[in-house]
Amino acid sequence: MNIFYDRWLGGRQGAIGLLLLALLIFIVLPTFLDIYRLNNVGKYLTYAFAAVSLVMLWGHAGILSLGQGIFFGVGGYCMAMFLKLEASDPASTARQTTPGIPDFMDWNQITQLPFFWEPFHSLTFTIIAIFVIPAVFAYVIGAAMFKRRVGGVYFAIITQAIAAILTILVVGQQGYTGGINGITDLKTLHGWNINTNSAKYILYYINGALLIGVILLCRYILSSKLGRLLLAMRDKEDRVRFSGYDVSNFKIFVFSLAAIISALGGAMFTLQVGFMSPTFVGIVPSIEMVILAAVGGRMSLIGAVYGALLVNYGKSAFSESFPALWLFLMGGLFIGVVMFFPNGLAGLYQTYAKPTVDQFLEKFARKSAVVQSTSLNEKKEVVE
Amino acid sequence: MTNNDFVLAIEDLTVSFDGFKAVDSLNLYIDKNELRVVIGPNGAGKTTVLDLICGKTKATGGSIKFKGKELTKMAEHQIVRAGVGRKFQTPSIYENLSVFENLEISFPRGRTVFGALMFKRTVDVDMRIHEVADMIYLSDLLEKEAGLLSHGQKQWLEIGMLLIQDPELLMLDEPVAGMSVREREQTADLLNRICRDRSVIVIEHDMEFVKRIAHKVTVLHQGKILSQGTMDQVQSDERVIEVYLGH
Amino acid sequence: MLFGYSFSDLGSILVMQGFSGLSLFSVLLLMALGLAIIFGQMGVINMAHGEFMTIGAYTIYVVSKITEKYFPEFMAYYFVVAILAAFVIAFIVGYFVEFLLIRHLYKRPLDTLLATWGLSLIMQQIFRSVFGGREVSPTLPDWLMGAWAPTPNIDIPINGLFVMVITLIVTGAVILALYKSRWGLKVRATTQNRMMAGAVGINTQKVDRMTFAVGCGVAGIAGAAFTTIASTGPTSGSTYIVDTFLVVVFGGTASLLGTVASAFSISQAQSILTFFMTNAMGKVVTLLAIIVILMLRPEGLFASKVRK
Repeated sequence: MNIFYDRWLGGRQGAIGLLLLALLIFIVLPTFLDIYRLNNVGKYLTYAFAAVSLVMLWGHAGILSLGQGIFFGVGGYCMAMFLKLEASDPASTARQTTPGIPDFMDWNQITQLPFFWEPFHSLTFTIIAIFVIPAVFAYVIGAAMFKRRVGGVYFAIITQAIAAILTILVVGQQGYTGGINGITDLKTLHGWNINTNSAKYILYYINGALLIGVILLCRYILSSKLGRLLLAMRDKEDRVRFSGYDVSNFKIFVFSLAAIISALGGAMFTLQVGFMSPTFVGIVPSIEMVILAAVGGRMSLIGAVYGALLVNYGKSAFSESFPALWLFLMGGLFIGVVMFFPNGLAGLYQTYAKPTVDQFLEKFARKSAVVQSTSLNEKKEVVE
Repeated sequence: MTNNDFVLAIEDLTVSFDGFKAVDSLNLYIDKNELRVVIGPNGAGKTTVLDLICGKTKATGGSIKFKGKELTKMAEHQIVRAGVGRKFQTPSIYENLSVFENLEISFPRGRTVFGALMFKRTVDVDMRIHEVADMIYLSDLLEKEAGLLSHGQKQWLEIGMLLIQDPELLMLDEPVAGMSVREREQTADLLNRICRDRSVIVIEHDMEFVKRIAHKVTVLHQGKILSQGTMDQVQSDERVIEVYLGH
Repeated sequence: MLFGYSFSDLGSILVMQGFSGLSLFSVLLLMALGLAIIFGQMGVINMAHGEFMTIGAYTIYVVSKITEKYFPEFMAYYFVVAILAAFVIAFIVGYFVEFLLIRHLYKRPLDTLLATWGLSLIMQQIFRSVFGGREVSPTLPDWLMGAWAPTPNIDIPINGLFVMVITLIVTGAVILALYKSRWGLKVRATTQNRMMAGAVGINTQKVDRMTFAVGCGVAGIAGAAFTTIASTGPTSGSTYIVDTFLVVVFGGTASLLGTVASAFSISQAQSILTFFMTNAMGKVVTLLAIIVILMLRPEGLFASKVRK
């Protein structure tokens, strides 16, 4: 029980933070928001996956990736391919030139399902793919770069270039990927209609649960020697290397982990929003994911979720009424976070709000401690 | 005597940067449980030799054999795992972690990704950390954040982080730089104690300190050995006097 | 016969694509030069570098419109004036940006990356608000139009040649300035050892500001070159920013010569490839090739061996 408390929940502080977040996601928001807005929140929470992955990768291991959109997209497209195949059964596509294949393939005069689409008929394969493909991709990229000691800014720019390449490829190969419109018109998951309100509620809760699960896992990792090593590597890579560690293996590990987490987010996005397009794969969304983590506090897993909620809420609220203002604000946010509050909301909380909260908890604890110590004393007397 | 009787056998070691030979056909042999001090004017190549041994710099020629293993072909972390520990000139510790955590990270278990994930702070780890902390005079400061230690204490911590790996060859680059007189005495005691179980190479400038600890002294100059012997022999060697005091 | 073309045809195609590649080369080289100064010499990542190019491009547009309206007799000459104006305006903006933002972030490259990205968003929005979202083009003077045909098969656009000439002049000037002038000496001293440079009386802050501003100014000239090959919009700069960084890194960040070689090879590769495959694929293949080569040789083409 103790291990669970300390390492998975993060001690008393961590447990309370997690509890508040869970309350917010599972009770408060569904109570006060209608299904349309709640679905939007669900969407923001999928971006939170990417933000959380960056807390591990960037905040703790010091590796800035400007390409998490790559993995978000991989996960999203895998799920989209499965759902699209299901929606393109011969019966509903009877009017196409070639029934049984997705509509955009038909429009592009493709007459046979490409070979790499075939395995996505199976849900099992799709779910495995969502975990495995991003991990393999990240492993290859990571091994190529970290083993050759490419890091820092160079790594960031190369991830940007890869994101750009992927976007161009996806957009260019309209027949195979749906092109710039992406894969749309998704209907059912194994027969279950994902577009009904009740489905959206269920998916929202599943999403929330997965997110909390990911945070728990990350907490466990961070509280292990591995977590301390990541911090050590971030600050003094040479010393870690000269203490007998193969630093590149650890970097590859955390990069692959971040890839899988982002991919999960992408898959949940596709399920909740009903489509996936290259808009979420490229340079711009990848950098936005970084800002989510930065605003929330790049060292705080929970902060990343709040960052994702806040920034995306702001985006929706402003970009409709004041689109020009929003871009100024976003730009200002980047600059502000870097210059004035580098530890994001979590940092602000630590500096300003925490002392008051601590005092409050202190009083609370003292009362129960008094009760406890008297009973302990009684026990002592009995023993002696 | 063959190479394999020495703990460290450096032969014909050369490294050149754009034509400049920082280390020039160097031959150096270290015995078991020997404490060798390397001195020499700035730029003589002392730190470069340590860099070459621990793998930080790649040699352009020659061989370095540690207990018979050829180090020039191994990666840095493999050299460490083979039993070579290196302390850097400026204290290289993890400032944001506590003394205990600094030592724990250096504990030679759980060095692979999954090993580190599954690593448990068992009793033997705990005991060993306390043991080493005792040796480096930091047993009362285990919970202190390493960044808050004094300069001298940071040096000791780094030595401790190497000791906990039980290396057979320990290399220290200016361990007493910036230390008070009392701290230097303590460090000399520490080094004399630890070389009972391993070989130590020390680079230093403080001659009083060197006298206290050295079994043998090697003087480097322009990448080559200028003189070698006991401290007295070296100090009275004319060539050494000229290089240090002369033109 | 190769790809369905005769060899002499191929030759002409290569030459023509080569020359159209030259316009791209000019823009890329000027951008990369500016960035090489800023990134290579100062270690500052300026993600807003593309927007400085756009400043230059919009300046040309504005000068062209003003000349058209008020001084139509000077239409043939305004372009050269406009290029100077582009440099000056980009320089001034760069100067202020360094003063307000960059100088606080020198030791933090990843943070500079993020902050300058934010800056680029703001600049793009300013362009949008002032010039509108649609793309605009300056009216190019007559002598820049048309093509020169040395052989019946080859058509070389004049504006491409002009731009290339300007590029060579600017490149030469920058290299000369950096390696032969007093200012260049101060810049190199500050880059290599800031403390000592300060100790011998160099005002390192001023040097940094000037260096950054010059880098931005050169980007402004790139904008002038850009107007001869495409129309200008708020996001024009962002199309080149990733390529520019790759050019700088590929060439070896400390070497200006490397930057030239890198810009040349990358722009030529891309333009020749685009003839044989689609635009998109040409770019993809080029980018992929750069990344693979960088992974094999992370220091770039012309690395400098420095003892750590």
